[in-house]
Amino acid sequence: MTAAAHEARANDRSIFGFWVYLMTDLIMFAGLFAAFAVLRNNTFGGPAGHDFFNLPFVLEETMILLTSSFSCGLMTLAANRGDKKQTFLWLAATFVLGVSFLTLELGEFSRLVAAGNGWTRSAFLSSYFALVGTHGLHIAVGLLWIAVAAVQIWIRDLTPFTASKLNRFALFWHFLDLVWIFIFTIVYLMGAAL
Amino acid sequence: MEKHGTLLSYIWGFASSIVLTLVAYVLTEIHVNSIHEAIPHEILIPVILTLAVIQLAVQLIFFLHLGAEKGSRSQLAIFIATIIIVLLIVVSSIWIMSNLNANMTPDQINLYMQDQGSF
Repeated sequence: MTAAAHEARANDRSIFGFWVYLMTDLIMFAGLFAAFAVLRNNTFGGPAGHDFFNLPFVLEETMILLTSSFSCGLMTLAANRGDKKQTFLWLAATFVLGVSFLTLELGEFSRLVAAGNGWTRSAFLSSYFALVGTHGLHIAVGLLWIAVAAVQIWIRDLTPFTASKLNRFALFWHFLDLVWIFIFTIVYLMGAAL
Repeated sequence: MEKHGTLLSYIWGFASSIVLTLVAYVLTEIHVNSIHEAIPHEILIPVILTLAVIQLAVQLIFFLHLGAEKGSRSQLAIFIATIIIVLLIVVSSIWIMSNLNANMTPDQINLYMQDQGSF
């Protein structure tokens, strides 16, 4: 086997291994979604979803995350053809979009807590904060990952090894956008419709 | 490594995701603003859930390059197995808990809540 073919196989294997991790993460999110679905009406005198969900605001969050997923895809294209400058550019774009998403989300959380509607208010709010907050925590980890990957490429250059790391990051980031589709639909749209 | 997709596939995935998101959003806004009259609840919920599943498929194909070709077949297999587990967890939780609620009288629920120190 040539060195390049060997590397490609190792890369395929690490992608598969990372995919298995993502699937276990998906099962954890399934548990949080199940808890939310069961507890969504247990507002215990506190606000229900349709009392405080601001749909244009959530649409803005969704569009930002979707765009970051797209820029992340462009980043992998640049990384796989060895274009360091473009890789940095799209990595930076993904980072900025991720930060603005997280800022919006934390803003919403702090407004809720400031109004006395924190996670201790009702079972509905507990499950809401657990589900949306876990997704937000993943986004924060992804942002840290971008920072580490950027430093690594800066020091070690864009090699097949670092490019394969970027491919796994992209998988993670696209996965978070997939989970968000269902948070957007089940938590926000269905919550506002009820 | 041909399975990384092309610029065109990312643009397709991005554009169709935007359209699907906006359709679900606009339908919900119409439903909320017409005080649930223009689009009844029984229609809206299945429609926006279907739109979400379509968007899931779109992003799996165009962003995550999940397909039947050799490289990602094992990924697809484990994904399908995971989705079955996810559906088991979510659907059976909702089923069991709504059954519990339906089989308890409000008095029983209150007694249970007092017993658990909820009040």
